[in-house]
Amino acid sequence: MKSAFSLRQITWAAALLLASLSAQAQVKIAYVDPLSGGGASIGEHGLKHLQFLIEGINAKGGVIGGQKLEAVAYDNKGSPQESLVQVQKAIDAGVRFITQGNGSGAAIAISEFVAKFNDRNPGKEVLYFNYAAVDPALTNEKCSYWHFRWDANADIKMAALTNFMRDQKAIKKVYIIGQDYSFGQAVRAAANTMLKQKRPDVQIVGDELHPLLKITDFSPYIAKIKASGADSVITGNWGNDMALLLKAAADAGLQVNWYTYYAGGAGAPTAIKQTGLDHRVYQISEWHTNVPAPEMEAFADSFLKKYGGNSQQGWWYLRMKNQMDMFVVALNTAKSAEPKKVAAVLADMKHKNSLGAEVFMRASDHSLFQDMYLSSFGSGTKHDEEGTGWGWKTTAVIKAADTVIPTTCKMNVPS
Amino acid sequence: MSAVIQRGGVLTPWLVAAAVVIVLPYIFSSGSSLTMMSLMGFAIVFALSYNMLLGQTGMLSFGHAVYYGLGGFMTAHALNVIGAGKWPIPLPLLPLVGGLAGLSFAILFGWVSTKRAGTAFSMISLGIGELVAACSLILRGFFGGEGGISTSRTSTLRLFGINFGPQIQVYYLIAAWCLLCMAAMYAFTRTPLGRMCNAVRDNPERAEFVGYSTQMVRFIAFCVSGFFAGVAGGLAAIHYEIVTASVVGAGPSGSVLLMAYIGGISFFIGPVIGAVLMTALQISLSDYTGAWMLYVGLMFVLVVMFAPAGLGGLLLMHRPLLAAGTWRRVLPAYALALVPASLLFVGGVLLVETSHHLLVKASEGSAMRVLWIPYDAKSPAAWAGILALLGAGLLALKHIGPKVADAFHGARLEATSKLSAP
Amino acid sequence: MLELIIFSSLNGLLYGLLLFLLASGLTLIFSMMGVLNFAHASFYMLGAYFGYQISRYVGYWPGLLLAPLLVGGIGALVERFGLRTVHKHGHVAELLFTFGLAFMIEELVQMVWGKIPVDYRVPELLNFSAFTLFSTTYPAFRIFMLLMSVAVFIALLLLLTRTRVGLIIRAALSHPHMVGSLGHNVPLVFMMVFGVGCGLAALAGVIAGPALVTQPAMAASLGPILFVVVVVGGLGSLAGAFIASLGIGLIQTFAVALNISVADVVGHLGITLTRDSIGGDLWVATVAQVAPIIPYLLLVLVLIFRPKGLMGDRDT
Repeated sequence: MKSAFSLRQITWAAALLLASLSAQAQVKIAYVDPLSGGGASIGEHGLKHLQFLIEGINAKGGVIGGQKLEAVAYDNKGSPQESLVQVQKAIDAGVRFITQGNGSGAAIAISEFVAKFNDRNPGKEVLYFNYAAVDPALTNEKCSYWHFRWDANADIKMAALTNFMRDQKAIKKVYIIGQDYSFGQAVRAAANTMLKQKRPDVQIVGDELHPLLKITDFSPYIAKIKASGADSVITGNWGNDMALLLKAAADAGLQVNWYTYYAGGAGAPTAIKQTGLDHRVYQISEWHTNVPAPEMEAFADSFLKKYGGNSQQGWWYLRMKNQMDMFVVALNTAKSAEPKKVAAVLADMKHKNSLGAEVFMRASDHSLFQDMYLSSFGSGTKHDEEGTGWGWKTTAVIKAADTVIPTTCKMNVPS
Repeated sequence: MSAVIQRGGVLTPWLVAAAVVIVLPYIFSSGSSLTMMSLMGFAIVFALSYNMLLGQTGMLSFGHAVYYGLGGFMTAHALNVIGAGKWPIPLPLLPLVGGLAGLSFAILFGWVSTKRAGTAFSMISLGIGELVAACSLILRGFFGGEGGISTSRTSTLRLFGINFGPQIQVYYLIAAWCLLCMAAMYAFTRTPLGRMCNAVRDNPERAEFVGYSTQMVRFIAFCVSGFFAGVAGGLAAIHYEIVTASVVGAGPSGSVLLMAYIGGISFFIGPVIGAVLMTALQISLSDYTGAWMLYVGLMFVLVVMFAPAGLGGLLLMHRPLLAAGTWRRVLPAYALALVPASLLFVGGVLLVETSHHLLVKASEGSAMRVLWIPYDAKSPAAWAGILALLGAGLLALKHIGPKVADAFHGARLEATSKLSAP
Repeated sequence: MLELIIFSSLNGLLYGLLLFLLASGLTLIFSMMGVLNFAHASFYMLGAYFGYQISRYVGYWPGLLLAPLLVGGIGALVERFGLRTVHKHGHVAELLFTFGLAFMIEELVQMVWGKIPVDYRVPELLNFSAFTLFSTTYPAFRIFMLLMSVAVFIALLLLLTRTRVGLIIRAALSHPHMVGSLGHNVPLVFMMVFGVGCGLAALAGVIAGPALVTQPAMAASLGPILFVVVVVGGLGSLAGAFIASLGIGLIQTFAVALNISVADVVGHLGITLTRDSIGGDLWVATVAQVAPIIPYLLLVLVLIFRPKGLMGDRDT
């Protein structure tokens, strides 16, 4: 990001720069995520992911016979409303592709804005690539032709988790705890339904939602989990809510298995190490650093070397790599950077990702389906997380075809 | 220029403002400029409504966003209902719904809030603000949970073919409402009630002796302020087409306080200046520097410490000088003052940016550039330069500051004697 | 059930005492100077971060002593060069100054230490479980927190009631001009009280940092509750702040443990209320979900019906 003071000076300079640059065709993609405020650590790291990917793509010759990709960062400060302001700015700067992932609130706002904008400005359409916001509504009742999601939604992940739990006979009592907002509610609803279907003998001894990112001391909740006699806990918590929940569990000496979505996020691996729960915390994700795949491992290593820093945070998002790889293929296939044409190619695209596995986009709701990995965090792994010495180990792989669930999406496909 | 000001009537500033507002989109016609001007529009209404409490009646509220946000929610719900039922109500009337919602909630909460004055009032407003913000997750039907309530402004009755899809139409709607509200709030300050608010602010005991119930005055001011805050919220809901629970929280409450105070609470135009400035900073500054929030905080603290009349106050201090024509006297001193000002500004910005770069962007290496001048953030020469700039600036301030103050006071003295001369 | 009650009581007590550590400094500052220090929770955060930084070089225990001293010093400087300049512009300006200060401190902390939580570890000496009750362990560090908080309360009480300095402070609390006329350096007393208040907040930070996550948002999460405690307890009363802190700490901790909603209660009486009934959301919300609001409800009620607070002697 540039640093400068005089607004007018920079505007003139930027205008001149833009004028000179437009002679050299660029395909711009806007990254709209928190770069300041509470979500910034995740937003900043995600931006590094995007920049690293684009550097690689440009080094290999760019897209559509020589055009360069360019990432333009916009800070939405974690707010849905601010996201709209920044997306408008991006559109003004000539950007036709938006990517975002942190926060389903912002995602829904952007998706609806893009749909309305495209409707009111035919010929100037933009596309929205969602790499991490997993509220199922985005590919069900709130779906849109212009939105593409590269992460498995909350229901798909719960299906994968509960399929694994179906075969674990030791599970008798399950406690569900989550954050009180659309995603946490979706997780809870899915957990209840799917557990009843697949393991009617399992007793759900607790079903709890707590305020989002506000609690600093989870010991009362841990006390309740203890009192319920649960042997397993399902949670979609992320960020501080995950780290603190685990910390409180460590303090109270809670001995249960954890089935989570985001136990790999910032700060959580450190908290898990402090609990001492070796290979008892599970997460469901599309990849982790110890999945055997030489190409991806080398890629993750080079990223860690460049951007690891003091916190030693490495590559998180295979899904973003999938997104950009498929985007490049779509651009080259359509031989154009026109969003409508690119969308047509992406809508039902099949692709071989960096793990050598087949992934595919479903045209009816623009969800990408991919292999899901259930992994546990503990000792004895090749790569570790956040300098703790512990890392992820695959417990089960769920093939892409087995992750497919139906959708209620009825999108308006433009002519 | 002084002659023009003297000859202007009551209506002139308003006509000028209207003309400016109509012409602006032709000068700044890009999409993001239109967006920014729309944002400024309802920020102005919000900040002015807040100043009715703070500047006019002396009530420092930390929870004013409650009425703004609730007005926005009601407007969004109303839009959805109207759209679904296809009622023949045109969009320009919708902010009224927001205003009425703000008024109703202000009546509801205001009766208990305004029982006390001073710090107790501030604390109650804080408590109510946090209460409503915390309720947002419980009352899911009204607040829509974390995803909020979304709506579409093109779903209402279309008059003259205007569907309010394009941003320029929304801008004119917001601008019209903004001017209307500004006129109304200005008129309020001229009414006897408005004057009583000032009296309650300055000397509540004496106001009681004159025969007015201070609680009643504060309550009415609170309700009127809530109405306009609700209008601002309604405009915001129309602009964004989504309202989320964060809009009733501490964020907007804090930011409207910053806007009003930085602009200057003792003058009607102060919050307008503050709203325009803060909106521009909020939108644009984050593009240029990652430390933008630090700059805003720093600016606020400096204003509180050294310019409690706000930026508006600083500008309006010069009114007698302009009227009497003595403003020429201060020009050389002000030009001289540019020296410490620019030294301190450049030095300060460099300090913040370099520290920010070293601390936050460590992975990008220590090479950085400011204003096209590249340098190494770790080199002792750079740091020596920064400290030298700051040191020189402080030294210059110490010497030049008194001269500027003297020049100003001299000019003002001359102006007042000129103006009071028969 | 008994297990839940015992541990909730312990945790509630702990949370309450932590609040009291913070509220005591705030009460002192407000009572003396009429300034409601918005940045008080920020000094708490600074204490935690300083303690963390010191613990990385020399360990936890020196941090326990040095961090409060450092932050207290910073607080004294803020008072001398910041507050005093603003004092002549009135109470509103003072409040706004501390508000801006809180904002800036949060930004600076984010810049220096980053935006994600830092790994402030419990000292090895205390890293064991104190006792096991009904198969749940209770960390020794929390017992240490409890004991420290009680010790600080007693020390504060003794300082204010038994020493000469305390006498002067208490006099300046209600009659600053008289105290000035008697020859005491009232501005110096103010500066010291502000410094000590901030030092107390920092001490709370050093104690709480390892137990609750040390992160830039810690000030904003504790700030509003702090005001509730101080106002409910009564401005100017340390004993009131103590009772209010414990009360709120226990109420919040116990509330989280209760999964009852109004719908459940009236359900026993035969009336069915669901989300779809009028005002549906209110009836279905459990006490646990409502727990965050309870302190603010209390604040509003107290300010309406008993503005002096529980034990205050000053009208707010």
